[in-house]
Amino acid sequence: MIAKLSLYLSYPFVRYALIVGILIALCSSLLGVTLVLKRFSFIGDGLSHVAFGAISVASVLNLTNQMLFVLPATVLCAVLLLRTGSNTRIRGDAAIAMVSVGALAAGYLLMNLFSTSTNLSGDVCSTLFGSTSILTLTRQEVWLCIALSLAVVVTFVLFYNRIFAVTFDETFAAAVGTRVDACNLLIAVVIAVIIVLAMNLVGSLLISALVIFPALSAMRVFKSFLSVTLCSALLSVFCAGSGILVSILAETPVGSTIVMIDIAAFAVFALTGHFLGD
Amino acid sequence: MALLSARDLTLGYSDRTLVRNLNFELNEGNYLCIVGENGSGKSTLMRTLLGLQSPLSGKVLHGDGLRAQEIGYLPQQTQVQRDFPASVSEIVLSGCQTRLGRRFFYTRQDKELARQNMELMAVSDLAGKCYRNLSGGQQQRVLLARALCATRRLLLLDEPVAGLDPRATAEMYQLIRRLNREEKITIIMVSHDIAAAVSYATHILHIGDTVFFGTREEYLESRAGREFLDPQREDRMNMKVRKKKQPVRPAAGKEGKE
Repeated sequence: MIAKLSLYLSYPFVRYALIVGILIALCSSLLGVTLVLKRFSFIGDGLSHVAFGAISVASVLNLTNQMLFVLPATVLCAVLLLRTGSNTRIRGDAAIAMVSVGALAAGYLLMNLFSTSTNLSGDVCSTLFGSTSILTLTRQEVWLCIALSLAVVVTFVLFYNRIFAVTFDETFAAAVGTRVDACNLLIAVVIAVIIVLAMNLVGSLLISALVIFPALSAMRVFKSFLSVTLCSALLSVFCAGSGILVSILAETPVGSTIVMIDIAAFAVFALTGHFLGD
Repeated sequence: MALLSARDLTLGYSDRTLVRNLNFELNEGNYLCIVGENGSGKSTLMRTLLGLQSPLSGKVLHGDGLRAQEIGYLPQQTQVQRDFPASVSEIVLSGCQTRLGRRFFYTRQDKELARQNMELMAVSDLAGKCYRNLSGGQQQRVLLARALCATRRLLLLDEPVAGLDPRATAEMYQLIRRLNREEKITIIMVSHDIAAAVSYATHILHIGDTVFFGTREEYLESRAGREFLDPQREDRMNMKVRKKKQPVRPAAGKEGKE
């Protein structure tokens, strides 16, 4: 088994997958706590469907670098969605449902009407479940991914105190002069970047798991915001790393393997939390 | 000049006016209680004073060098906070966010300020505890400590005793009075509890069908005050409350938890 593993690790594409997978897992777990507490657990799903729609448009338009189109489109939708959260005409969850289903349908329709590939259902399946794209990353994509992940982590660390303040009590933050709108905008942009990154790893249907499971697990056991954040980041990295290795050895799909390990970790943490007592 | 004054304030939403031509003044060291029925515009007034909402007309003036962000706020608790994983010290420290300015992290002075305010509110020994596991009274004291990190001049308290048991309620009122008398902090409190309002406040603002602003003594003499304090009316209100609450018996469960 060790021999098999080291053989695989000698291939650059496996190493790329491991690096990118771990970085994505790290980023996606950071904002998990904020999203869960703001009742935006499903924004990951909504945005990833938007990204799916955007990818269809990009491939119909035959763009060489899809990221240049997909990223701005997703960021824009994230900003709009988080905005409706504070506006009461259409509540946050309903808005997310509308946008996500709409984008999914439009994307699939576009792919069907203007298909350039011979294996349409295979394409759709891999976009939705991320079955192989992580193993076909080019060097350029890996660098882009590293740069974006670094940007996400640095932004999160710098704005950690403000993100905490805005998540815990938006009204108080606004009353004492913190620019809440700007903070929410920042959160929306960071989420969008994370979603677009994570599509490579687990595909658009499974992203929410990557965002919320580590945070929910950590919240079972730890009691302060800092420890929950650190724990969910470590846990997410561990689950993604081991998930990728298991999927290589057992030849299972990468995305769903990672999610299954996340679920197992959640079960362990929930039990631990239960026995430690609340 | 007054610390805070309202000039011809008209409050409400585009389709509905709640309060018309409201005028009042608040001086340093005052303890103002805002009373009135549900839906009379108390929360709207509160949000306007905090600068979260703009009035339909008129304005709120700040005096004595008070800046708009120098108003500490004790909001009503939200659902989010009840399951928020945060330690007491993290929450109190977040009151220093006004002092961040363009900085990203809190300084040693900020942390020292948070420590002092935790001591003042007697929550120092809870510093590492999780906020959601505290009793209602403890949670309010933590949020007060946070508000004190934001300002030492003016505190705005929104129903500070809502959901507290009688003992915690009494303690809370004592604490607020101490902040007002000993720490010289100006207080604005929105409350349903008219009995507490007239026994602790120096000034009363009554909004609703009749609007009244004046000192506590003037209020007790006024028509608005007499009507609101009318014992028969009080009895009627209590009857309503009792009818509603009896089948659930919320008090018993609550005491067990504390």
